[in-house]
Amino acid sequence: MPDTLKTPFYDCHIRAAGKLVDFAGWSLPVHYGSLVDEHQAVRADAGVFDVSHMVVSDVRGESSVQALRNLLTNDISKLSDNTALYSCLCHEHGGVVDDLIVYRIEAAHFRVISNAATRTKVLDWFRSHGVGDTETSGAEELAMLAVQGPNAVAKVQSIVEHIFPTHPDIAALPNFGCVWLDDGFVGRTGYTGEDGVEMIVSKQQATSLWNALIEAGVTPCGLGARDTLRLEAGMSLYGNDLDDEHSPFDSGVGWTVDFSDDARQFVGRKALQAQKLAGSTYLRIGLELQERGVLRAGQVVQLDGSDIGVVTSGTYSPTLQRTIAMARVERAHAPAVNDSTSELSVVIRNKPVSALRVPVPFLRKT
Amino acid sequence: METPGDLKFAESHEWARLNDDGSVTVGISHHAQEQLGDLVFVEVPEVDAAVKAEDAIAVVESVKAASDIYAPVTGTVTAVNEALADSPEMVNDSPFEDGWLFTLQPDNKDDLNALMDAGDYDSMVDNA
Repeated sequence: MPDTLKTPFYDCHIRAAGKLVDFAGWSLPVHYGSLVDEHQAVRADAGVFDVSHMVVSDVRGESSVQALRNLLTNDISKLSDNTALYSCLCHEHGGVVDDLIVYRIEAAHFRVISNAATRTKVLDWFRSHGVGDTETSGAEELAMLAVQGPNAVAKVQSIVEHIFPTHPDIAALPNFGCVWLDDGFVGRTGYTGEDGVEMIVSKQQATSLWNALIEAGVTPCGLGARDTLRLEAGMSLYGNDLDDEHSPFDSGVGWTVDFSDDARQFVGRKALQAQKLAGSTYLRIGLELQERGVLRAGQVVQLDGSDIGVVTSGTYSPTLQRTIAMARVERAHAPAVNDSTSELSVVIRNKPVSALRVPVPFLRKT
Repeated sequence: METPGDLKFAESHEWARLNDDGSVTVGISHHAQEQLGDLVFVEVPEVDAAVKAEDAIAVVESVKAASDIYAPVTGTVTAVNEALADSPEMVNDSPFEDGWLFTLQPDNKDDLNALMDAGDYDSMVDNA
């Protein structure tokens, strides 16, 4: 694969027989043999994903709080040290520039993790909106792994002393909690709907961390399983379910928009507040296919035979063993979409196939 | 997995086997199923459909992607593998036997000569 970037785990992927693809310019494994087996390992036990392609920005300094409060739809003033929240970054017109996680390390230090595919756009956005003193780590220097699954935390805890001499107590971290270490970072966050952590170590430690996790019985998982897991959990993918043209309210993540502080005039507030009052143009719904087939992004959604929207992400769900999708439909049709007697369908290869509206997330952990 | 020597192959990774009764059984190669990954859905053509060589007449879908299956020769569909509706993974497990997709009655069985033999197909895949 010419001209693709290699993460610090590249050799680990090769050794584990990963099938590498170009993802946002990075050479990353789509699977290591069976996407379905990897998916099930995360739901039942623990899996590890190389997420070093994600963009890590450390925003420091006195002005960092103000700058981030001015840019993010969610309000970081809710955070105390060592906690995190999920937010959108919006245009003035309300469309989504990117979605991200922001961790408060201390009062004037925030760690922002955003998407690989939007790297340049988001970093330019930060620069042009006064987020100064930002140190962005190229993923070629940082090694970042997500370890996810019901046994993920216990397995990470069992090997953590080999990696971090300070023996951090990972199991004590609350959901969305994090710990900053001299030689790394661990956050109790993820993109699978399972318990787990996302951890960052130096490039030099990458291979030993990976090997220790594999030895602890953690299954290597590729981008394929990452996508099916996040979709079952109802989590949005930027570029599919979120984009520049549609607002958080159009896309089912309106809960990330915090208007509670009247004085906080964040970028996009005016447009979003108007949408909140009048109702957004679109509505994000979950669909489950009633016949055989697979839903895919781009397929048209119909109500009683008329086009009302489009599938933004779809897949066969290995856990539910059914086909599921997120779709964006015109809000004007909401009453009919919510009416169980209405006929919803998705056009697959020119043929309408019956679909049922279902709640998002598709998978609810008991 | 060894490629059976009695099969003919299309560049688009379908295999075709000429049966004693003159019909042709069609499936996808071991290499193709490996590239696709876990199959979750197979859409087969309708029996009695008249199809032309290189027409997309079936679809196999893995979790990640859909892939068209092309008719290797011109003819009429005579049977489809009904078992794949409930067990699409048979294509992964047994691509050259139980995981067959459909059979065709070719208009002209000499059309099979336009396809590759197993050795040429293996070299094509190895050099890809």
